Amino acid sequence: MNAPLRRVGVVVMVLFGLLFVNLNYVQALKADEYRNSDYNGRVQVAEYERKRGIIEAGGTPLATSKETSGDLKFLRTYPKGEVYAHVLGYKPVNLADTGIEKSENEFLAGTSDQLFADRLRDLFTGKQTAGGDVLLTLSPRAQEAAFKGLSDNRVGATKGAAVAIDPRTGAIQALVSMPSFDPNPLADHDTKQAQAAYDRLEADKDGPLKNRALSETFPPGSTMKVIVAAAALENGYNPHTRIPAGSSWLPPTAGQPIRNAAPSICPEDEVSLMSALTESCNTGFAQLGVKLGAEKIKEEARRFGFEDEELTVGRLNGDGHPVAASRTGDMLAPSGQDDPPSVAQSSIGQNNVRMTPLEGAMIAAAVANNGQQMRPYLVDRLLGPDRTTQYYKAAPRQLRQSVGADVARSLQEMMVSVVENGTGRNAQINGYRVGGKTGTAENGADRPEHGWFIGFAINDKGEPVSAVCVLLESAGTGGSAEAARISGAIMRAVIADRGGR
Amino acid sequence: MTAPPGSVATPAPTGELPRVRFASSRRNAELALLLFAMALVAAYAATVEATLLDEVTLDFWVPTAALSAVFLALHLVVRFLAPHADPVLLPAVALLNGLGVGFLRRLDLGDPDLPPQERPDFPIFAGVGGRQLAWTLAAVVLAALLLVLMRDHRAVSRYAYTLGLAGIVLVMLPAVLPRRFSEINNAKLWVIIPGVGQIQPGEFAKLALLVFFAYYLVRKREVLSLASRRFLGIDFPRGRDLGPVLVVWAISLLVLIFEKDLGTSLLYFGMFVVTLYIATERVSWLIIGLLLFFGGAFLAYFLGGTVGGPFANFYLRAEIWLDPFADAYDGGYQLVQGLLGLGTGGLFGAGPGGGQPHLVPEVHNDFIFAGMGEEIGLFGLSSLLVIYLLVVERGLRAALAVRDSFGKLLAGGLAFTLGLQVFVIVGGISKLIPLTGQTTPFLSAGGSSLMANWLLIAALLRISDAARRPVDSQGTSRPSGVPAGPPAQLHGAPTEVIRP
Repeated sequence: MNAPLRRVGVVVMVLFGLLFVNLNYVQALKADEYRNSDYNGRVQVAEYERKRGIIEAGGTPLATSKETSGDLKFLRTYPKGEVYAHVLGYKPVNLADTGIEKSENEFLAGTSDQLFADRLRDLFTGKQTAGGDVLLTLSPRAQEAAFKGLSDNRVGATKGAAVAIDPRTGAIQALVSMPSFDPNPLADHDTKQAQAAYDRLEADKDGPLKNRALSETFPPGSTMKVIVAAAALENGYNPHTRIPAGSSWLPPTAGQPIRNAAPSICPEDEVSLMSALTESCNTGFAQLGVKLGAEKIKEEARRFGFEDEELTVGRLNGDGHPVAASRTGDMLAPSGQDDPPSVAQSSIGQNNVRMTPLEGAMIAAAVANNGQQMRPYLVDRLLGPDRTTQYYKAAPRQLRQSVGADVARSLQEMMVSVVENGTGRNAQINGYRVGGKTGTAENGADRPEHGWFIGFAINDKGEPVSAVCVLLESAGTGGSAEAARISGAIMRAVIADRGGR
Repeated sequence: MTAPPGSVATPAPTGELPRVRFASSRRNAELALLLFAMALVAAYAATVEATLLDEVTLDFWVPTAALSAVFLALHLVVRFLAPHADPVLLPAVALLNGLGVGFLRRLDLGDPDLPPQERPDFPIFAGVGGRQLAWTLAAVVLAALLLVLMRDHRAVSRYAYTLGLAGIVLVMLPAVLPRRFSEINNAKLWVIIPGVGQIQPGEFAKLALLVFFAYYLVRKREVLSLASRRFLGIDFPRGRDLGPVLVVWAISLLVLIFEKDLGTSLLYFGMFVVTLYIATERVSWLIIGLLLFFGGAFLAYFLGGTVGGPFANFYLRAEIWLDPFADAYDGGYQLVQGLLGLGTGGLFGAGPGGGQPHLVPEVHNDFIFAGMGEEIGLFGLSSLLVIYLLVVERGLRAALAVRDSFGKLLAGGLAFTLGLQVFVIVGGISKLIPLTGQTTPFLSAGGSSLMANWLLIAALLRISDAARRPVDSQGTSRPSGVPAGPPAQLHGAPTEVIRP
């Protein structure tokens, strides 16, 4: 019986060898992955030993850490609840973190390389200094105005988004996605509660966790006409060039006839480019788009930021919230030629054109900033725990030159006409030149249309102050006028926050 | 039948393998190793206190001293009653047991519900660590008692049928008892005596069944190994000889289904198949055994996925094993937390007392290896595995060297069972195989497991004593009480080699 006993000895060796190899796999090969896993509470316990830094905007604390008596020493709280949720994100114990809490996590947690000196000093003093503070570009008044404007909208929309940008720098002044959510329950130290809160939000059919301002795209409707107009201006048109219009137009080859929103809009055979934009003349822009051709429209849209898959919004030299790419979509027939019905529909922001609300604000901002599109950002400054050492200060960067200064000035003139004489009257602000463009986007048959407004405000010194985009999802009739009104309110709040008037 | 080649080659009068003749009994080596092991345990306890309490209390050595006292007492029992026993077994197991007690006390001291200022005053015999310390004392006394009562391992073969019956009753008991008296943590493995406590009869059944297997197989080995049909180049046993294998297979499947315990059934079945293989030297038994086990497990998985019912639990466990992160907060939570603990420990670990083992559910029990892995790292766990391997291989060496077939089978079976149990639980928590509820021998908290495993070690000590005892002293030093009964005569003597 000794031979099988020896073999059993070998079998045991093999079994233990397997254990050894597998432990190597778990403890050496996968060690880093497991150590940094979102499910790993151990790292978090260590993370909660140090007081996490504050996130604030305009002197208002938005995310703070409260001392607790529990195992995790600090509880993350969000004093403003829903208002800033989509910007800040949340820092939960057991779930994945999001937003600024995620992209600036290392600095807030105090583990960033930049804070090495502070940690070194801790070694000698034996104290745990807090993490660093993040100062955002947001204007609290504008953010509140955007949140209030969206939630109390007068057309009964339950979903939407609003973004405001400083056209000269790209600093984001307001960013709201509706419906919002309260991040506080998600940061609960009772992970079961936090998970339950998350599951409830996740199951909500309105999708409160979605960031509609940055991550979702929608058909832009007539706001697309700004891009078609820009393409025309760059191809020899001027605001007073007369373009064919009419109450109805059937694109060549096939498709549905293009009509206007009301019979009173551009029934004439020809109107000026400026008045076509002012009245939001569909037949005029459909014919203009077909005449310019798909390639010119796509190229113009790209120069305003469409098809950009790289853009993130956060710190200019670091991470941020990824922004969904806006798309002009396909406008070609199977033959490879332009498909006129598709080009016509795309020129008025239908067909396959999709845009994020941020992109809408960036178009308005580029126009207002004389054609220069600045890279949008949220993080203005990083301060050390002592609140005096500055580790970072945003240096605004041009993202692209969308159009030349002349074209931009013509577009400004035309868009101001929209607000002064046309569909965007609700956005007017006393003492400022406000320009914009409304949009009503069909969103599939039988569903109420989305209401859009993109616009800007320029002060009496000719400096652009703010550019906004407001979207009211499935708002139905009056949606774009309401979006214009909310946009005006947001820009007024920006102006008030800057101490203007 | 075939015989150990060594015993055939050597002439009858001495009749021994040269390797088993030892001039010295090596008891002093055992003592030195034991003291070294206890020094390690004391160092571990001191490190834990330094990390968790920021000081080493004046009492840090008390649990170690209590352990050392009983281990030294056992050493004395071995010195007088089993003087030729393997000198490595006791110190190796004492080290494992001591580290287990140390880790459990570390769990008590680091309990998140215990205010830090009360930690230094935590009583020695309180908490899960204190209970384990008490259980260790009891288990070692039991082991010593076995050494005292069982002067020759062949004596137990007299009670083989009684033990076999007792074993089956013990296995089935939790399955037939109402849930209230048998179920803890969703596994029907227990006998709960309200107000007194609970025992896990399966741990003891393991030993009883093994004695029965060894006896039965020694009786039947000729017929099992000779009568066969050849099929596909492999010798297959006759149908009627398969009977006991099928019965044990059925029992282990019943255990699997009713006690929701894959680990125990795997353990019993592996134990039986391997003793069968050792007895008959026929690989076909291994193949049949593996096919039956995997077939049964796969069938249970399939039925669990389609029919559900009693198989659903097994199906769930297999699913968790395949992807624990898919359900990381519910079904897969324990395994995920264990893996994350192991990964966080990395190569060197966070140091004794430096980790957060409380995050792993059942860390004092099934998941103790994961909890320790976070603190002692890959190097520490590898050392523990080596110690287990050492114990198992020493047990197998005793089996190789002992002269009688019953002793060979018993020692081989005991050693293999120990190794298999370590494989099943450590493989389970490190996601090598589906997780099954098994205790980690000598580490996990729990009296039943500790006592049963110390009894196992006592049996190995007894058999290794017989194996290493010099032949010329056979006449005088054989203790009284050696049975003259049939088992010893028929199967104990080398003469059986020449029986047909």
